[in-house]
Amino acid sequence: AKSRSSFGARLNRFLARFRSVDDAFFDDLEETLIEADVGFETAMQITDQLRDEVKLRNVKKKDEVAKAIVAKMVDLYGEAGEGEDNALHFSTDKTPTVFLFVGVNGAGKTTTIGKLAHRFQEQGKQVILAAGDTFRAGATEQLVEWGKRVHVPVVTGPKESDPAAVVYDAVHHAKEQQADIVLVDTAGRLQNKVNLMNELAKIKRVITRELPEAPQEVLLVLDATTGQNALNQAKEFAKTTKVTGIVLTKLDGSAKGGIVLAIRNELHLPVKLVGLGEKMNDLADFDPNKFVYGLFKDLIVQ
Amino acid sequence: MAFEGLTERLQSAFSKLRRKGKITDSDVRDMMREVRLALLEADVNFTVVKDFVNTVRKRALGSEVLDSLTPTQQVLKIVNEELTNVMGDEAVPLNKAPHIPTIIMMVGLQGAGKTTTAGKLALKLKNEEHARPLMIAGDIYRPAAVDQLVTLGKQIDVPVFEMGTDHDPVDIVKEGLNQAAIQKNDYVIIDTAGRLQIDEKLMNELVRIKELAHPNEILLVVDAMTGQNATEVAKGFNDQLDITGVVLTKLDGDTRGGAALSIRAVTGKPIKFTGQGEKLDQLDVFYPDRMANRILGMGDMLTLIEKA
Ligand SMILES: Nc1nc2c(ncn2[C@@H]2O[C@H](COP(=O)(O)OP(=O)(O)OP(=O)(O)O)[C@@H](O)[C@H]2O)c(=O)[nH]1
Ligand SMILES: Nc1nc2c(ncn2[C@@H]2O[C@H](COP(=O)(O)OP(=O)(O)OP(=O)(O)O)[C@@H](O)[C@H]2O)c(=O)[nH]1
Ligand SMILES: [Mg+2]
Ligand SMILES: [Mg+2]
Repeated sequence: AKSRSSFGARLNRFLARFRSVDDAFFDDLEETLIEADVGFETAMQITDQLRDEVKLRNVKKKDEVAKAIVAKMVDLYGEAGEGEDNALHFSTDKTPTVFLFVGVNGAGKTTTIGKLAHRFQEQGKQVILAAGDTFRAGATEQLVEWGKRVHVPVVTGPKESDPAAVVYDAVHHAKEQQADIVLVDTAGRLQNKVNLMNELAKIKRVITRELPEAPQEVLLVLDATTGQNALNQAKEFAKTTKVTGIVLTKLDGSAKGGIVLAIRNELHLPVKLVGLGEKMNDLADFDPNKFVYGLFKDLIVQ
Repeated sequence: MAFEGLTERLQSAFSKLRRKGKITDSDVRDMMREVRLALLEADVNFTVVKDFVNTVRKRALGSEVLDSLTPTQQVLKIVNEELTNVMGDEAVPLNKAPHIPTIIMMVGLQGAGKTTTAGKLALKLKNEEHARPLMIAGDIYRPAAVDQLVTLGKQIDVPVFEMGTDHDPVDIVKEGLNQAAIQKNDYVIIDTAGRLQIDEKLMNELVRIKELAHPNEILLVVDAMTGQNATEVAKGFNDQLDITGVVLTKLDGDTRGGAALSIRAVTGKPIKFTGQGEKLDQLDVFYPDRMANRILGMGDMLTLIEKA
């Protein structure tokens, strides 16, 4: 609740800087949203909703207009938003939890796994990493290096070997060891590559065959710098692997990652985690207020 | 395809006009709206779109469209010409040094495809020119970045100079260049770590490498799926390094690739190559006209223009 009111306060301050909440204001709002990669349709929708809200409440005074908009934005994108579940889910019995990471090339899958392994390790959980990218040069070495950094074992397979076999080994090993959680890395793949998408479905089936409740999470890793193509990514990965949530990486850069709003509108996929850098601590739970605030940041700082 | 191309957009806008007969200023406004939307959906930067549409509108308001019986085709023709204008009409070859080695430096955001493209370029030079390139492993930050480049080098039988991860990248490049001089390599390709254009410390590291190596090419590697932020990224790298060219990667995906237009518009630097897959032989030279068609989703544009 605290961050919610502070978001409102920030937006209030932002609105106070405008001469008046007129058409120019809504044009600027729309432009800001488009430039944050929200997408034209979504940007228009949001702007129209805000415009209607102001009309509906029949508010004329500037500070009241501001309040109406703040309330609506928080409604639309606040924590309560559509009863969405942005928590991570774990196994409810004694069997290991499995998180499967999927996404296009270079999005940040392997790095996110390293960071999350660190988080769970610090919580005293027994973590195992599965090096399911047997394809890309240096991919296994990269995960092994992360394993060393955060003191977590990594199950690997030979180069070019069947990734499903490596994942099977890791899950099997985790069962035997009664480990708490397995984080499964996969090779990056573009969503229009049918064979590679089928391979991913197979990896998922192998996990479920070993552990019927698993994977508890299928996390689609999205680079915040991505534009409208992220929507295609979300659709296709959701189709093959029933994605349960999104990790939005590279939010420490200058991109806003606004496309996740369009993804949410269309597919109702919640963002669960955000990447804020390359170090092991640069991972945070998704905070919708901070995120929405980030979308407007450029308009506020003047 | 999730998005409608410009051709369909203009045609559906035009089918409304056809019933009315004469084209008016407001019809042109409607068509410009379609052009604008098509570009935005393709991820062309908002500001770049504004300027572009203004140019097209000015020309469209001239007699060629208003008096035409085929206004849709006329607008498409103008859009195509202006787009080709921005993109440049021809593929631009790699800069070469007058004396060996030609030095190429790869720069860009994290995960864009620098290391892979370094390997692809080395293979291309080897295959096409029987060149003897040397690659330098200048990324000491990303876990196993050196392993990655060394593995790629083995796959294509190209030597990699590396000093592990405990030395300043500037020193690594210096030693690497010494080795290239001794071994008389004709090309040197320097891989660098991914970094944000707003990261002063790491951007300064690139400036120091540039000052030391005097590269003939500084190639900014950009992911074709990049959205609105492409202009910021390109501006950031270009302002600080004065890049000489761009490589657009991951074009084997289904992205429209509007970033290409954004980057050209803000830097004026040529896009030299495109990445078409993860394999090392999947590097193409850049064809501006194909890119223009792709951005607008107009596979059939040329035939339409011919009818105009
Ligand atoms: N600035 C920043 N860089 C990140 C973040 N997450 C990952 N990276 C960097 O992005 C690059 C790619 O990350 P990886 O984890 O290798 O991405 P991947 O999805 O596993 O890539 P592939 O396996 O090749 O498909 C690396 O240089 C990472 O250090 C982030 O949140 N912020
Ligand atoms: N499909 C496809 N994948 C590509 C292409 N170019 C690179 N990749 C993949 O993109 C991912 C990132 O490539 P890298 O070469 O590691 O990128 P980088 O810029 O060196 O990354 P950092 O060093 O972490 O900044 C890898 O999975 C590559 O295989 C391409 O043209 N098409
Ligand atoms: Mg990876
Ligand atoms: Mg690299």
